[in-house]
This record gives sequence, structure tokens and C-alpha cells, in this order.
Amino acid sequence: MSSSSWIKVCNVDDLVDNSGVCALVEDKQVALFKLAGADDVYAIGNWDPLGKANVLSRGIIGSINDAVVVASPLYKQHFCLKTGMCFEDDDVTVPVYATRVEDLHVFVQVAS
Amino acid sequence: MSNPAIKVVVVGNGMVGHHFVEQLIEQDIGAQITVLSAEPRLAYDRVHLSEYFSGKTADDLALTTPEHYQELGVAFKTDAKVTHIDKVAKTVTTEQGEVFAYDKLVLATGSYPFVPPIPGHDREHSLVYRTIEDLEDISASAAVSKVGVVVGGGLLGLEAANALKQAGVETHVVEFAPQLMAVQVDQGGGRLLRSKIEELGVRVHTSKATDVIEDGEKHRYKLCFKGGEELETDMILFSAGIRPQDALAREFDLELGERGGIVINNQCLTSEQDIYAIGECALWNNFIYGLVAPGYNMARVAASHIAGGDLAFTGADMSTKLKLMGVDVGSIGDAHARTPGALSYVFENQPEGVYKKIIVDADKKKLIGAVLIGDNSEYDTLLQYALNGIDLPKSPESLILPAGAGAAPALGADALPDTAVICSCLNVSKGDIIASIDAGNCDLPSVKSCTKASSGCGGCAALLKSVVDCELEKRGVEVKKDICEHFAYSRQELYHLVKVGEIRSFAELVSKHGKGLGCDICKPAAGNILASVWNDFILSSDNVGLQDTNDTYLANMQKDGTYSVIPRMAAGEVTPDKLIVLGQVAKKYKLYTKLTGGQRIDLFGARLEQLPLIWDELLDAGFETGHAYAKSLRTVKSCVGSTWCRYGVQDSVGQAIDIENRYKGLRSPHKIKMAVSGCTRECAEAQSKDVGIIATENGWNLYLCGNGGMKPRHADLFATDLDTDTMIKYIDRFLMFYVRTADRLQRTSVWMDNLEGGLDYLKEVIIEDSLGLAAELEAQMQHVVDTYECEWKVAMSNEASRKRFRQFVNSKETDSNVIFVQEREQIRPATEQEKQELGVELV
Ligand SMILES: Cc1cc2nc3c(=O)[nH]c(=O)nc-3n(C[C@H](O)[C@H](O)[C@H](O)COP(=O)(O)OP(=O)(O)OC[C@H]3O[C@@H](n4cnc5c(N)ncnc54)[C@H](O)[C@@H]3O)c2cc1C
Ligand code: HEM
Ligand code: SF4
Ligand code: SF4
Repeated sequence: MSSSSWIKVCNVDDLVDNSGVCALVEDKQVALFKLAGADDVYAIGNWDPLGKANVLSRGIIGSINDAVVVASPLYKQHFCLKTGMCFEDDDVTVPVYATRVEDLHVFVQVAS
Repeated sequence: MSNPAIKVVVVGNGMVGHHFVEQLIEQDIGAQITVLSAEPRLAYDRVHLSEYFSGKTADDLALTTPEHYQELGVAFKTDAKVTHIDKVAKTVTTEQGEVFAYDKLVLATGSYPFVPPIPGHDREHSLVYRTIEDLEDISASAAVSKVGVVVGGGLLGLEAANALKQAGVETHVVEFAPQLMAVQVDQGGGRLLRSKIEELGVRVHTSKATDVIEDGEKHRYKLCFKGGEELETDMILFSAGIRPQDALAREFDLELGERGGIVINNQCLTSEQDIYAIGECALWNNFIYGLVAPGYNMARVAASHIAGGDLAFTGADMSTKLKLMGVDVGSIGDAHARTPGALSYVFENQPEGVYKKIIVDADKKKLIGAVLIGDNSEYDTLLQYALNGIDLPKSPESLILPAGAGAAPALGADALPDTAVICSCLNVSKGDIIASIDAGNCDLPSVKSCTKASSGCGGCAALLKSVVDCELEKRGVEVKKDICEHFAYSRQELYHLVKVGEIRSFAELVSKHGKGLGCDICKPAAGNILASVWNDFILSSDNVGLQDTNDTYLANMQKDGTYSVIPRMAAGEVTPDKLIVLGQVAKKYKLYTKLTGGQRIDLFGARLEQLPLIWDELLDAGFETGHAYAKSLRTVKSCVGSTWCRYGVQDSVGQAIDIENRYKGLRSPHKIKMAVSGCTRECAEAQSKDVGIIATENGWNLYLCGNGGMKPRHADLFATDLDTDTMIKYIDRFLMFYVRTADRLQRTSVWMDNLEGGLDYLKEVIIEDSLGLAAELEAQMQHVVDTYECEWKVAMSNEASRKRFRQFVNSKETDSNVIFVQEREQIRPATEQEKQELGVELV
């Protein structure tokens, strides 16, 4: 990857435990998720490629075997928060973004 | 076969004649069959003739087709009445003069309607009920008639009366005997049957002998009865019994019974060798069987005899079970207790219109007869007792008393035919699902991905599951009722765990009883259970991640990610001022406005960040949430009722408002719909709801477990003439029992069908309190009612939850993919193509 930059997006307490929010990062809609009691923040694209709307941040978080997933609120397909893969359709993925938390700030890395 | 093919000629192609043809072909003796039919068409289903009036066509009723007969090698002629038999030359001749030679002749000429020779009976609009042509004449006559009379109150007469009623004429039944259905039903049953049929709007006149039919004054004709009474009518339908069609036998010297009928022996042979008679023209042991099953039996016997077999006809059971105008009627064996020494037991429940009687032998050991009106659920059991001579229990009355009703539960998914479409989005039938299971898909997910069932709108998920479960169970696969991979429990079991373990959060539930993080199946189910047990605010920080987006944002997500807003409008009543507010809000936020099917107003196209602003205004104007997003009570639909309506007998709007306010917000396994109608005209369509209420002169009739939607089902009548307090008690108990015990996404109808004992069991639990739960269920409901809060009000008064309603945590921008265009002066979401044309960049 060429130059990709970390962008400060929001505070940790803007996130909602076990649920999602959406951030606008360099014109990209990024869905952010955080599990209760864990520090990691997951970030994937907010665009649901099957439902064709910007809604993934509003899905329900869950697990399929060991994978942490979100279910699209439109037609309930599951997307892996780590890989972006769709469980119902191998050909479909959503973008995944790296995140880190520093001084209670959430940073997201998007390719520029 | 070396012998030349045996020539069999069948006279008459009614139900029995046709059955004979099929049976003879099955014997496979290479017979050369010729069928001669006096009717203009081949055999059709006379038993279901009345369905012609509810939309069936002659083709629907057909039992065979010319092509089919051709394939089978059966020669046939329609419009070919046989007028001559030459027993010596062994030929028959038709009206047209065509001659057919036979080795074996089978008379299946059936019967004809008896028209009493009342002077004046043979005029226009004076009809009978036997053939499709008769029905065409009846339709034509009904179209130019206001009033119709059926002469004869037997089984067929009542069917005919129903047909007239459906054709929209004012219907009367005139019966010579003092009661209806005198053949099958005893006096007590006849009385109840009469009142039920009169309730349906048919006027019944018993003990009436018609002397003469004259020209009428107000209507076309006038029936003058013995004793001076008169009845005016535009059309007359005779259904005064049938007579065997034995004209051929009479003319060509076959033995006849005293009162007609072609005499046959146990092989169905007439007095003439090589001539058989079967069906309604045949007289066996001095008896004519006016039903199709004994006729089919005769057909089988005759075919076997021709093929050298040794079947014999030895009489038939005349028990009948039917629905006449929606009223169950059952008659078994000696319904009139004519056997010497016979004793009877009677149970009658007049308010509910149920009459049951059993007749036993002198020793009280065997059942010899029964009459059932209004409820046939014990018919099959009683028939088994009677036919098989099973010893009766010590107290035979237990067979018909309500408490001892051991009626088999409804069959649920099992009862569906293979052709039933389960998923209408993707057109997957039950047969497709079975095929997929047979192909090795042994659980729900693999059946889903193989058939694609339930991958459309998902409305069929629960039905699909019960079909799959039922099929797997049949194959001996142990069906796990597990709700998902995270919990090895059914919804009902989870409910108990939450309640008994006083569990108040999903985290606690999953750590104690489950594994993993949960998912979009178990989380909303748990949220729903927690809400119905504790009635806590569903968006409290513990609960928020459990909800589907609709519940989380208290609105319904539409395809483009925007939401629709539906404020409650109890019973569909709204003041002009509130209506204006809705208009103003819609205008201000540019929302698309439409009425829902539940009598209220839906505002579409609200962006996430607009929801709080919109609700601030709605709450200010006194609106509250409509729960359209939740698995909970939707609406209580109502008609305008006695306050305004000329026909109304109770205040249906007032009742509906009270009920909607009582149960609003109750979280349940699936959505719940209710309705209240102000009289039997049923303008609110209450019988298609989970809870339907119809006003009567004396109170309210309560119907339960109906639904519209994909697989519509009428609600069952649960209790009649209730006062409001009792009715509310029953509904409290019903709803809480459902909330406690139903599966996830199981509507009340399916839930009840899956309860062992079905409706009767539900009545025991709710009315008789057989489980001793009534007080607890009521108290629990009262808790929910007392702790009700409008979720929008709570959400808007709390900064943390207000904060959730924004598109971006870090920007005030709006979602650039939400684009509307104008249509019929309102907005609608732009299509993909329109977006591209407008140059919107996706993602
Ligand atoms: C409205 C209605 C409802 C009924 N409901 C029930 C029910 O619920 N249950 C039940 O068990 N039964 C019921 N029945 C009775 C049942 O339909 C009869 O028992 C059955 O149809 C008798 O069959 P069949 O072949 O003997 O006579 P039919 O069906 O009458 O057939 C006789 C045929 O022979 C033809 N034919 C007569 N003479 C000649 C001739 N000389 N040459 C050529 N053809 C001739 C006639 O035109 C007719 O087509 C009902 C009948 C009616 C009319
Ligand atoms: C994604 C799925 C669905 C959504 C979002 C949805 C939404 C709605 C909404 C908002 C209403 C208006 C109700 C009100 O006023 O509160 C409604 C009415 C109705 N829905 Fe659905 N629905 C869905 C699925 C179904 C399914 C699967 C069925 C059938 C099984 C169904 C049958 C009905 C019926 C019959 C009405 C009219 C209600 C009445 O007349 O009382 N819906 N629906
Ligand atoms: S609203 Fe119409 S399109 Fe949508 S699920 Fe219901 S019936 Fe189908
Ligand atoms: S159901 Fe009865 S009371 Fe209600 S609107 Fe219809 S006719 Fe009037």
C-alpha cells in the first residue's frame, strides 16, 4: 500500500458497546463496532453491497463459530468484521479498515 | 390373451359409472369398454357440485377428460341416452339409433330429483339441483329473482339453500317434516341445526305441505300451504328426494323393488345374467344408497366379478360428516335410536350452538349411533367406536362431554399438501422442501440454501421451520428446537430461564446458558423476552445492541436505509388537529405519506438524524409510538360501530381504543393484530386477526388465532356474548399464555395448531383455568399495562439515546446515497438507474 494515513475519527465513548456507529472518513462511510469489555474497534465499509444502502453500522453484532460478524439490517446476510467476507455469498466482500485507539481517540486508516 | 376381448358397455357416466371404468381397467383383463353418457360431458364430481357457485368451473369438477379416456382405450359417447336393451341379441341402442353389442352390460344410471306433483310445479324458474346444467339454470334464474324457495329440508336441500344464498337471493327452506334433515338427525339436533341456519339468514318453514303454486302478487309465484298460509317467491328449487333412474330396467323387464330401484345381489348382478346395476339406481337388500362411497364399493365389486374375482357387496355404512353452510353436521349409524333397547346420552350447549348425542346398545357396551351438530371434532373417534365395535368406556358420556374431549390436535405443517407454496417470494412448495430433504439436506440452514426458501421477505421463516421440523421428525431425525448456535434452547425454554433465573440482560443470559456473542436470531429474541418479562426500556444501554434496527431506532427501515414513522392512532380514530399536525410534519420533513393496512398513517423517507426532530413535534402534539417496528401489538382495527352506523349494536370504536391502549407495547413472539366490529356485518374484518371481537346484542363474541398475510386463516370462535370485563380477562390470559409458550416468530394460529388439543385445550386453559395459571397470567399482563411507557418519549428525554440518531459520529453530513425523486406529487427513493443518471457515486 502506498501512503495511507491514520485519521482521528471520534472518541471511544462515541462508540456503543456491542453495537455500531458510522463515521465519515475521507468521504468514505465507515461502520465502527466495539464489543463490551474488549478494546478492539472493528471498522468495515458501511455500504451493504447486497441491500445497496449505507446501513451496515445499524446491524446486529454476533458470532458465527469464532468469527465476529454483523448482520445486515436489510436482508440479514452476515459479514465478517475481520475479513469483510460475506458468509452467504463467497463472491461478496466489504472493505475492512485498520483501527487503533490512542488517548481515548479512535483512529482509522484509509488508503488515500 | 387368446379369447377375443370381452365387450363391456357402461350406461351412464356419473361418478359411479366412471369409477367402474377405472376399476375394470385396473383388473387388466383387456376388456373393450364402451361408455354411453346421457349428459353432454363426461363424469364430474357431483358431490362437490355446490362449489360451482363458489367459483369452480365444469373443468375443475371433471373427474376425467376425453383425452384420458382415449389414452385408456375407452370408447365413449356423450349426449347418448340409451333407450333400448335387447337381452337376447345382447345389444343396447341409443336415442340416436346407434347400436352397441355387449358381453356384459353395466347400468350406472344414477337417480333423478323427485319433484312432487304439486299443481303448478312445472313452470319457468322451477328448478332442480343435480347436474351442471341445473346449476347454470339456477344461476340464470337467481340473477332475475329476489326471493328463492327450496322445497325440501334434507341434506341436498340445505346445500341448495346455501347456493341460493350465495347467489344473493333471500332464501327460504320449506320442509314437510317437523324438522330439518329428518333422515340423518334426531329432533334435538334438528332444532339446533335450524337455529344455526336461521342465524345465517335462511328462513326455515317446517311442517309445511304445499298444496298449489299460483301466480304471486309481489313476486313471480305464491306457494299455498295446507292450512292457508302462503309464501311468495320468484324461483322454486325442488329438492324433495331422489328416485332411482330405473326406466330401462322397467321397460326391459329387470326385477325392480316395490318402490323402484333395480334389484341386485351381492355381486351387483340384476335379475338378468350379464347385466349389472351399480350406484344410485341399484337396490340392494331393499335399500338405495344415496351416497357415493357405497356406489364406489359396488363398482369395485362388479369389476371384480367380471374379471372372475370374488368380492361381494354386503351393505355399507351410511354415516356422514359434512359442513352445511359452515355448520358441522355429523350422523353415525342409528341416529334415531330405533334399535330396540337403545339408550342415548345428549349434551347440548345452546349458547355456543353445539349439540351432541350418542346412542348405545342396551348393555351400554357398544356405540350404535350418534348425532353431532355444530362441532364434528369427535366424529372420527365415535365412528371408530361404532364401526369396529370397540367397547365403550365406563361412562360413555365422557365421549361427548367437553372436559373429556380428547380430540386429536390439528396437524399443522403435516396437513399441508405437497403443492402448498411455502415461500411465495421464491415459489418454493412443500414438495420442493421435501425433495431437498430427500436429497440429503438435514437441517434448516441447508434446506434454506438449497431451496432458497425464506431468502426473500422472510415472512415464511416460521412456516418453513415447522415444515422442515415435521419432515425431519418423520424421518426419525431428532429435531433440535435450538433457537440458534448460541443457545441449545427453544424460545419457550429461554423464556423460562429468564423468568425463573431473574435474568435481566443478554450478557447474563449468554454467559449462564449460552456461548459466543449471540447473533441476529437470539439477540432480538432475548430482547423480546426480556421486554415481555420485565418491560424495561428496550433501548437501555444493556439492551440496545440486541434489537433489530427497527427496534433500535423505533422506526421501520426501508430499502434505502431511511425509516418510516407510524404514530399510534388507536382504533384508527384521529382528531382534525392531530391530522393537521401529521400533514405539517410530513410537509416540513418532506415525507411520503400513505395509509397503512392497519388504519393509520405512515410517513416514509425520514433520515436517521431526522427521527428525533420529527418525534419531538409528534410527541408535542400528543402522539405516541405506534410500535409498527416491533414484534408486538400493531393495531386494533375498528368499524365505526353503534355510535354512527345504522346497524351497529355496540360501540366498537370505544372498545377498540380501550383494547389498543391496554395492550400497546406488549412484546410478543410475533406481531399481533386485533379488530373490533360493531355487528355481525363484520366491517372491521375481525375474523382475520389474532384477536377478533364482534359485537352482539348481548355483548361480544371473541374470535382467536386468525391472520391475514401469506397464509390467511380465519379466527376460531372462542366464546360468545361476553361482557367486557370477562372478555378482557380472556384476552389477558390468551396473550400472556402465547407470549410465554410460543416459538420465535410463531403467529397465534400456528401456535394454537401446534398445541396438543388445539382450540379445545386453549379453552380449557383460558376459560376453565385447567392449569391454574389464570391469576398469574392476568397479574403479569397487569404489570405490563401498568409499566407501559411510550418508547419515543423515553428515548427523546435521554441525551444518550438521542445521540444514537445521527448518520455520522463525526460529521453533520447526510447520507449522499439517499436520493429521492418526485412521483404523484410526493417523494420516492430513486432507482439505481436514476441515481446513476443523477451522477450519484455509490459507496
Ligand atoms: C348436490 C349434491 C351433493 C351431494 N353430496 C354428497 C355427499 O356429500 N356425499 C355423498 O356421499 N354423496 C353426495 N351426493 C350423492 C352422490 O353425488 C351420488 O351418490 C353419486 O353421484 C351417485 O353416482 P351414480 O353414478 O350412481 O349416479 P349419477 O352421478 O347420477 O350418474 C348417473 C348418470 O347416468 C346418466 N344416465 C341416466 N340414464 C341414462 C341412460 N338411459 N343412458 C345414458 N346415461 C344415463 C345420467 O345422466 C347421469 O349422468 C350428492 C349429490 C348431489 C346432487
Ligand atoms: C419485512 C417485513 C415486513 C414489514 C416491514 C411490514 C410492515 C408493515 C407495516 C408497517 C404495516 C402497517 C401496520 C401498522 O399500521 O402498524 C403492515 C401491515 C400489514 N402487514 Fe406487514 N410487514 C412485513 C411483513 C409482513 C408479512 C410477512 C406479512 C404476512 C405474513 C404481512 C402482513 C401484513 C398485513 C396483512 C398488514 C395489514 C394489517 C391490517 O390490515 O391490520 N406483513 N406491514
Ligand atoms: S409491504 Fe408489501 S412488498 Fe413489503 S413485505 Fe409487505 S406485502 Fe411485501
Ligand atoms: S360491522 Fe356492523 S356496526 Fe360496524 S360498520 Fe359494519 S355494519 Fe356498522
